[in-house]
Amino acid sequence: MANEKLIQKGLEAKARLEERAKSGFGDTSGARAKVYGCNSTSCRSAGGESVIDSFNQAVDANELSDQVRIVPTGCMGLCAKGPLVKVVIDGMEDQMFKEVEPMVARLIVAEYITPVLEGKISELPEFLKQYTLDLNSPFFASQQKIVLQNLGHINPESIDDYVDFGGYQALKKCLFEMSPQDVVNEIKESGLRGRGGGGFPTGLKWQFSHDAEGDEKFVICNGDEGDPGAYMDSGVLEGDPHAVIEGMLIAGYAQRATSGWLYIRAEYPLAIKRIENAIRQARKNRLLGDNILGSDFSFDLEVRLGAGAFVCGEETALIASIEGKRGTPRPRPPYPTESGLWKQPSSINNVETFANIAKIINMGAKEYSKIGTDKSKGTKVFALTGRVRNGGLVEVPMGMTLDEIVNQVGGGVDGDAELKAVQTGGPSGGVIPKHLLDLPVCYDELKAVGSIMGSGGMIVMDEDDSLVDIAKFYLGFTVEESCGKCAPCRIGGQQMLDKLTKIAAGDGKKQDVTDIKRIAHAMQKASLCGLGQTAPNPVLSTLKFFESEYTDKIKECCGGCACSCNKNEAAK
Amino acid sequence: MTEMVKAIIDGVEIEVEKGTTILDAARKVNIDIPTLCKHPDVEASAACGICVVKIEGRPNMVRSCCTPLDNGMNVITKDPEIIGVRRTVIELILSNHPNECLTCMRSGHCELQDLASEFGMRETNLPSLVKKKEKDESTKAIVLDPSKCVHCGRCVEVCQNQQNVHALSFLGRGLPTQIAAAGGIDLADSPCIKCGQCSAHCPTGAITEYDETQKVWDMIMENEDHVVVQIAPAVRVAIGEEFGYPIGTNLTGKLYSALRMMGFDKVFDTNFGADLTIMEEGSEFVQRFTKGTAPLPLVTSCCPAWVDLMEKYHPDMIENFSTCKSPHEMVGALTKTYYAEKMGIDPAKIKVVSIMPCTAKKYEISRDDSMSSSGFQDVDVVLTTRELARMIKQAGIKFRDLEEVEADNPLGEYTGAGTIFGYTGGVMTAALRSAYALITNEELPDDVIDFKPIAGLEGVKEAEVEIQGKTVKIAVAHGTGNVEKVMEKVRSARENGEEPPYHFIEVMACRGGCVAGGGQPRVISSDVPRPRGINDEIRMRRAKGLMGEDKDAKLRRSHQNPSISKLYDDYLDAPLSKKSHELLHTHYVARSTYKR
Repeated sequence: MANEKLIQKGLEAKARLEERAKSGFGDTSGARAKVYGCNSTSCRSAGGESVIDSFNQAVDANELSDQVRIVPTGCMGLCAKGPLVKVVIDGMEDQMFKEVEPMVARLIVAEYITPVLEGKISELPEFLKQYTLDLNSPFFASQQKIVLQNLGHINPESIDDYVDFGGYQALKKCLFEMSPQDVVNEIKESGLRGRGGGGFPTGLKWQFSHDAEGDEKFVICNGDEGDPGAYMDSGVLEGDPHAVIEGMLIAGYAQRATSGWLYIRAEYPLAIKRIENAIRQARKNRLLGDNILGSDFSFDLEVRLGAGAFVCGEETALIASIEGKRGTPRPRPPYPTESGLWKQPSSINNVETFANIAKIINMGAKEYSKIGTDKSKGTKVFALTGRVRNGGLVEVPMGMTLDEIVNQVGGGVDGDAELKAVQTGGPSGGVIPKHLLDLPVCYDELKAVGSIMGSGGMIVMDEDDSLVDIAKFYLGFTVEESCGKCAPCRIGGQQMLDKLTKIAAGDGKKQDVTDIKRIAHAMQKASLCGLGQTAPNPVLSTLKFFESEYTDKIKECCGGCACSCNKNEAAK
Repeated sequence: MTEMVKAIIDGVEIEVEKGTTILDAARKVNIDIPTLCKHPDVEASAACGICVVKIEGRPNMVRSCCTPLDNGMNVITKDPEIIGVRRTVIELILSNHPNECLTCMRSGHCELQDLASEFGMRETNLPSLVKKKEKDESTKAIVLDPSKCVHCGRCVEVCQNQQNVHALSFLGRGLPTQIAAAGGIDLADSPCIKCGQCSAHCPTGAITEYDETQKVWDMIMENEDHVVVQIAPAVRVAIGEEFGYPIGTNLTGKLYSALRMMGFDKVFDTNFGADLTIMEEGSEFVQRFTKGTAPLPLVTSCCPAWVDLMEKYHPDMIENFSTCKSPHEMVGALTKTYYAEKMGIDPAKIKVVSIMPCTAKKYEISRDDSMSSSGFQDVDVVLTTRELARMIKQAGIKFRDLEEVEADNPLGEYTGAGTIFGYTGGVMTAALRSAYALITNEELPDDVIDFKPIAGLEGVKEAEVEIQGKTVKIAVAHGTGNVEKVMEKVRSARENGEEPPYHFIEVMACRGGCVAGGGQPRVISSDVPRPRGINDEIRMRRAKGLMGEDKDAKLRRSHQNPSISKLYDDYLDAPLSKKSHELLHTHYVARSTYKR
């Protein structure tokens, strides 16, 4: 009986989704003006929350609440210029304001929104123009937002907003119009590859899990983003949590899974709060739990917090951590799709991967696969940081060149120094020198030059940056974060770091470089997991392209040997 | 039918069962892939990274210890690049290992030393990263020296899974990661049962026995003291490994000789105590079984690690536990009473040294007051087989040239039943031989004396024996990880008011029983099959050494031991007499797993 009631409630929820699909998606508030204030961690750290409060107070004070809607949103991208606020007024050009302070917020309401609504002015007052950003600039115009589509448009704490913008339609389509295998096929056809960094074909992973038999089966979301400077996943979790939940639901249906786990690092309190809120809303709306939307499909989600170990982003360590054990990797095979969480078939995807799923179902695999390159489909979100003018969260189609990302979207180097190199892939990635910036961003091209796509960290370096120090920084990070299980990583990392520190301090010898290369090779070949296998990458890639920065620091160089240091060049 | 896979390893075609690892498959065709962490008893932890091999068509090397061979694989186990990687990994491990080989207890039998020598490791450019870490000697049975740990993970795996004790764990991360009692407390305050299986599986000197050899030399040097020594059953079939004998060679006679040459005043045998234990425990069983004096099943208590585990994890089983002390404790108590009176020696001047295959026995001798039933601590020192071997070598004794001699009376004579105490199922077999006689007044026929169903290395062995028309249900468990299910069965029957599933249960904490105890030799020799370390083949070969002695014995039933009869006639009166209880029995208390 209870089940029938649940099914009935589910069907009602389904009917509401169908009703919503009849009219165009988008804002339904009817407000003539909308203020979108970034409410993500980055803008909040710059005071974004009080800016939103000021807007609310000003709108109330001017008695405009029925005409103006204030929407606290997810990240709008240009984090370096936050807090960001976008103002959209019927009949007016959209305005993006940067570095907004509470006082400016009050001025925007008093001197711009109010007079426009009252028909007194039809242009942005001159004095406010110093706060605006050009929405037609390459930063906004050359991005292609699929994963970040809703960020800046919806209130991440409102399921109604998500549904208004087309949310959960893809889930409904999967449950009622597609078989699990159809869904797997669709994802396969889309060419989507894992956004956590490895780039494993998502559809294939789902197929393995779909075919595996177990008493239970799990879908796991890896939200243990730990690369220094990276915040793609926190951006998505904070800005569009329902997209991740919908992606996991579709994954659960496609793989015939029984439940799902979100593993999120505890250092992301806002992401955790929003995802937990979204889960509650989804349950209430019959989108999680038994007989979802009245179908036979039952699935629920649970959140597990990671205690801040980088290695727990490695899937077998992550599983151990969810199980309450020490977070150390174990050998594969068996792969988690065969024997994962509690020895049951489990598939693990990254936050960004899940955020792509509903979009693929909605636009269709064919359409999706038109974006990107032959082997890397879709878009990629990057956290663009370092010596770059427009630092922030950006999403670009795969295949865009590094040059376009850095110089157009990023607006080039911030300051007078020349660009030197771009680092991708975080501590597992490498440094790509200026002369290779024509490289299109896709999995295989980046790997070919000794870096990796990684989860989306992209750091711009200029001529003032020492690459020996950069290599030391990243290696120091992986040494600190090594789980301590396997010898090549545990000891090799420390030995390399010690030698690197010696070189950086000017006490190095040529033999140290030779030793570093030899240890790096052993680490790559004999480490158990990705952390150790890729830890030497920052060192090796800087050695490959900038060896002279190392040899310049080695005093014993004779200036006549085979190395490429300055003394040697001078001798020639 | 088992599925087979065909592949090529180093050009050799091979067909093995599906699921066989590359490492194991290679060994089948005599291709030895080196490894430091893999041990046959435990799941591959894949920690060391030395067993890497190449598979044609794959960009990365894989670990052969945990990668199953698959159809069509072309595996290359050695080429200059692979050897180079292995050498670098070994060099890295050595750079984080103290350079203390000359003074290390494991020197000569160390798996790391062996590997380094095999790879011809010479000079290195890598500075030492060793940070001296504090040793944990708190148990006075096992010593943990984390500085020497290579993080193979065997001890943790064995402690947690094979033994189900969960005392050991890894602490910290990165380079400072170390083995320790969970939570970083002293091992003595942890659930550790001192079984020493961690030390039996350790490839280096990171986990060893608590060395008391000097203490014993000092006792022997002290002219006033009358120093008595006894040897446990399992010692005689293992010590030979230290002197180049084939595994399982029974060296009882030579061992007695060596002990006399070392200067012990009397040489007794714990096998006598085993026979005596059977008289007491067998009688205890008969009373419970025929008269219902106390609840069934009766559970054996000669294994001190098991006693410790029971007190910590199964205190509700205390009333099922045999109150008998372990055999060497009985011998100790009688040495300082019966023997002392008989010889007119002041028991205060008697020192008893027990040579045991076990580290837990070091803990047992002072576990409570009943271990001092003679008025003095009944056993003064326990030495493991490994410590004894060291002392024999220190004394310059040419073990192979020794004469075979007899033990001393009155505590040295034993039957075949006493000697089989050393392996799993042996105590039960010996007990049934005598219990049968006690109940029926007839001897168990020779052709059924061996109880085949409880021999072998199955984790839990069950059997039924008919005695006078009544069925006796027995169970034998070894490796404390196997005990849980047996206890659970007993507990659930008790809670449901049902008949107990068993009448008599034998438990030994170590897999295979005492022959594979935590104090047994860890020798690297051509007779010890690779991979290094204790394995089932060694366990069985040692057990067979004891079975052989039993088979050849004139007397194979404890109650036939003339010295035992004399002891009862002259001193104890009868099994379970008041005097027996004072000297040969103990009691148990619930103990907390963690001490605060």
